[in-house]
Amino acid sequence: MKMIAPVLTVLAAILLLWYAATVWMNSQWTYDQAARAGEEVTFSELVTDTLTQKRPVLPAPHQVAVGLWEGVAGQKVTSKRSLVFHGWITLSATLAGFALGTGLGILLAVGITHSRAMDLSVMPWAIASQTIPILAIAPMVIVVLASLGITGLLPKAIIAAYLSFFPVLVGMVKGLRAPDHMQLDLLKTYNASQGATFWKLRLPSSMPYLFASLKVGVAASLVGTIVAELPAGATRGLGARLLSGSYYGQTVQIWSALFAAAALAAILVVVVGIIEQITLKRMGMVQ
Amino acid sequence: MSWLIFAIVFWLAAWALNTWLARHHGSERWARFLIPALFGITLLLLWEGLVRGLNISPVILPAPSQIAASLMASTDVLREDFVQTILKGALSGYIIGCGAAVVVAILIDRSPFLQRGLLPIGNFVAALPIVGIAPILVMWFGFDWQSKAAVVVVMVFFPVLVNMVAGLAATNALQRDLMATYSASYWQGLFKMRLPAAMPFLFNGLKIATTLALIGAIVAEFFGSPTKGMGFRISTAVGQLDLPLVWSEITVAALAGSGFYGLVALIEKLVTFWHPSQRART
Repeated sequence: MKMIAPVLTVLAAILLLWYAATVWMNSQWTYDQAARAGEEVTFSELVTDTLTQKRPVLPAPHQVAVGLWEGVAGQKVTSKRSLVFHGWITLSATLAGFALGTGLGILLAVGITHSRAMDLSVMPWAIASQTIPILAIAPMVIVVLASLGITGLLPKAIIAAYLSFFPVLVGMVKGLRAPDHMQLDLLKTYNASQGATFWKLRLPSSMPYLFASLKVGVAASLVGTIVAELPAGATRGLGARLLSGSYYGQTVQIWSALFAAAALAAILVVVVGIIEQITLKRMGMVQ
Repeated sequence: MSWLIFAIVFWLAAWALNTWLARHHGSERWARFLIPALFGITLLLLWEGLVRGLNISPVILPAPSQIAASLMASTDVLREDFVQTILKGALSGYIIGCGAAVVVAILIDRSPFLQRGLLPIGNFVAALPIVGIAPILVMWFGFDWQSKAAVVVVMVFFPVLVNMVAGLAATNALQRDLMATYSASYWQGLFKMRLPAAMPFLFNGLKIATTLALIGAIVAEFFGSPTKGMGFRISTAVGQLDLPLVWSEITVAALAGSGFYGLVALIEKLVTFWHPSQRART
């Protein structure tokens, strides 16, 4: 409860600022139109006109809301103009890539914690690769895979996987190393095998780290999918919606796609958070 | 064929050497540099051997030697793109965005109400696909570097803000009481105690922001740019199937990204020399 009032206040302030910015940024066009027609515009005319333009510089919040609503509920789900349709394309590639990247990241993390040579060889590169703007290679991967005859979901999923791979790897290595000497020594006194140590101690104690990096990873793989949809040729997905909107100056379309992507990201992070809550609760790690 | 065999033999030899090194000298300093270096060299050689041995077309995957040749041949183009994207787009946006975030963090730090309102929103926005705002900003600020800098400002703002606010809250009651017994003013407390205490958190955010800045500057160029810049060059060179040039742009981007990150990490080391995480390493 203590959170809600301040958050709502800030949101209301943002909305107000947005409306003010709409009037200010769109006024140029209104003045130009009026000057061409040889008319004077009063302030109230200016406000109504700037908030209802068809292709505004900055669409008003209610225009974006209408655009979103029409995109979600006003079209058939299979229609090319439906945001649900494009959102689903993006979501499926994101989830496929996320699953792929998470699986690979966990596997490599297991390898790294069990082999010292692998740890010393791979880990510095994994950390260094975090500083590289990986998204820059997205268009190349798409084009190269297309020339090999691979199109559709897989190329996007590969980029999404690449982006979610490193957060999961780094988090999971940290998590698998989380048990301290006391706990490891205890298992040694039980004469536990390496496999038993892994399943009964290392894996359970890595869960909080895993979920923390899964949240980062799922957001990253959505970004990866959206950028992967940008290269010319893609006609489906939220990224393609952004690009076609920017080509044809359809600002309302860009903003609706942007908000749809934001909602998708929020839903994904929240879902991972809920799974985290349930898992950790059943494992007795949180109350 | 001989290339392929050579690469595989080298790979196995390097693997054996690395395993041996890790087992016997794993904790020594030189081994910690040598082992990853050997791994990287092996990767490059294996790549070269596979491309040459299997006759993979350079349109799909150029060999490292071809990339290096392209890198040498097109230094002028690469330098121009580097200046346009990294120095003008990413760096100016980074400085403006991080500076604004620090100032806003200090301002909202005085009001718990604003903090409670802005922090959840900041955390939420930091997880959103902000790159998507690029087409809008390109439309507003034109095709040149100003629009790229604007994208970078938006991208780096929230991670730095969230970290800086957390950092300003990092002093404990004992430390604040000490400043109060000195009868320190708000500004003295801010500059002598809370800003230094916030530095480890701030640099955490700044380091995250380096990668975001480069990504923002490069991806924004996919939505429209003058006829130079790394994102522009990558997307057009891919269209012309000039893959060696694409890879050399990526090499430059990787080097610039690592260098940028390294620079921030170095400054962190100089500024937060007192922090346990910095002292432990030496």
